Amino acid sequence: MIEVSSLTRYYGSHAAVSDVSFTIADHEIVGFLGLNGAGKSTTLKVLAGLLLPSSGSVKINGADVVQAPDSMRSQIGFLPEDTPLYTDMRVEDFVAYCGQLKGLSSAEVDARMDDVLRRCGLTARRQQVISELSHGFRKRVGIAQAIIHGPKLVILDEPISGLDPKQIREIREVIVGLKDSCTVLISSHILSEISQTCDRILVLNDGRLVAEGTEDELAARSSGGSRLELEIRGSRAAIDEALASFPEAGGVTVVGELDGVVSLRLSLADDRRESLVAHIVHAGLGLRRLDEDAGELEDIFLNITSAGAA
Amino acid sequence: MRGLLLVTRRELGAYLNGYWGYLIVSILLALQGLFFNAFALGSSARVSADVLEDFFYFSFGFTVAAAVLLTMRLVAEERQTGTIVLIDSSPLSDWQVVGGKYLSAVVVITAMLVLSGYMPALIFVNGKVSLGHIFSGYLGVLLAGSATCAIGTFTSSITRYQIVAAILGGVIVVTLILAWLLGRVTEAPLDDIWSYMSLFDRHFQPFMRGRINLEDVVFYLSVTFVFLMLSTRLMSARRWR
Repeated sequence: MIEVSSLTRYYGSHAAVSDVSFTIADHEIVGFLGLNGAGKSTTLKVLAGLLLPSSGSVKINGADVVQAPDSMRSQIGFLPEDTPLYTDMRVEDFVAYCGQLKGLSSAEVDARMDDVLRRCGLTARRQQVISELSHGFRKRVGIAQAIIHGPKLVILDEPISGLDPKQIREIREVIVGLKDSCTVLISSHILSEISQTCDRILVLNDGRLVAEGTEDELAARSSGGSRLELEIRGSRAAIDEALASFPEAGGVTVVGELDGVVSLRLSLADDRRESLVAHIVHAGLGLRRLDEDAGELEDIFLNITSAGAA
Repeated sequence: MRGLLLVTRRELGAYLNGYWGYLIVSILLALQGLFFNAFALGSSARVSADVLEDFFYFSFGFTVAAAVLLTMRLVAEERQTGTIVLIDSSPLSDWQVVGGKYLSAVVVITAMLVLSGYMPALIFVNGKVSLGHIFSGYLGVLLAGSATCAIGTFTSSITRYQIVAAILGGVIVVTLILAWLLGRVTEAPLDDIWSYMSLFDRHFQPFMRGRINLEDVVFYLSVTFVFLMLSTRLMSARRWR
């Protein structure tokens, strides 16, 4: 369990992170979203033990970042955006060194090495010098060093930046595979990646946590309620009139019309789908389809952050 | 201790896997050999003890230069390449990190001194000098080299640029070497302080001549301790910035 409570971090007089609180349950994959300067990296650095908080507390399984920094750091694996590697070392030696840095004995490293290299797809490269590896394999080595000591929390900052689509897919599989053994916190600018990989999303804006939840929950929140997709048979005028007389429906957007069937999106202030269906049928229109519109994470993100900025 | 030795091993690996350590040691050893031949041995007959004294005189200079050049990468390179994150996010104490890095440089300096051993060996075989004189000189060079390694570790902790670390280290070392001059031109009590701070004139010359004074040993150990402590403080402070 990761507990962040009222975390604030100043750089001089500027608060990069202000009063941020959240908890992450074991074996969750959580995405961290935020515009540049939102305080994402600062929060990650505090979580990784690289910076100390100005106030507030960060606890990992009860170990506090200020009161028990060594215990906390030994429970964390961190992969920054620029993969930190000693390029003169061989893959296996580097991963072993990182494990020992985290407090493992040589015997413990040996016992874990095969499994970690297998999970990161590095078994065939274990004797290769890191400087000879491609960007994708270097990322894998970065993930291997972050998990060799069996951490409770793995923090991955932009883990797929600079990778080609094939490598992205492979790294995604590695990340999802981590869920079995630890909690994962991912920061990424690639929203589709967050969408595909994470169970839950935290949105930071201007140093504050402005939203958290699943993608669907954030979508509902960003549109102020449920967002629906509908296909209705009937004339445009009749449909407009029917929806206009249903006050809970708003933000109606017609996305297409074909053979007398109008496709549209709308939002409901509350989840009153049954009432809406009854209202449409009562108006003599044919309801062909009604579906939840998950929305694009990009839109959701921009809605939330712009609402936070306002 | 385990963490300290882990960092030492890694840093020694970096010296061995890269070309920088070999380059510095081989160039300075070659120059030391040339200076030994040209100036210490000279072209006329000399007393063995004087030749040995001159050997340690040059050895001091080359060892101090090697220490500055070898240590400039210790922390600065890690910050430049971002690998400092591996250390910062580990449970190692700052003292273990600084100590491990410092120790690796001292090991390389010691290896360099061992490789220079053929020169005093030649004097010993062909002339008349005592083993005690050789031991005393080497102890002095090792202590001065170790103190300079500590200074270099400190300057490498200040900046992410290795060249800046080397220049800063060079400035501190040269200032300490020339401190005896400052002692001459300043008034009491500063003159005594500057004289005491002299890295070469006051504290190394006795070693060079075969004398081991406790005061000189304490001086070099103190310089080493102070600069390593400052390096540790700098490492710790980064978490609060």
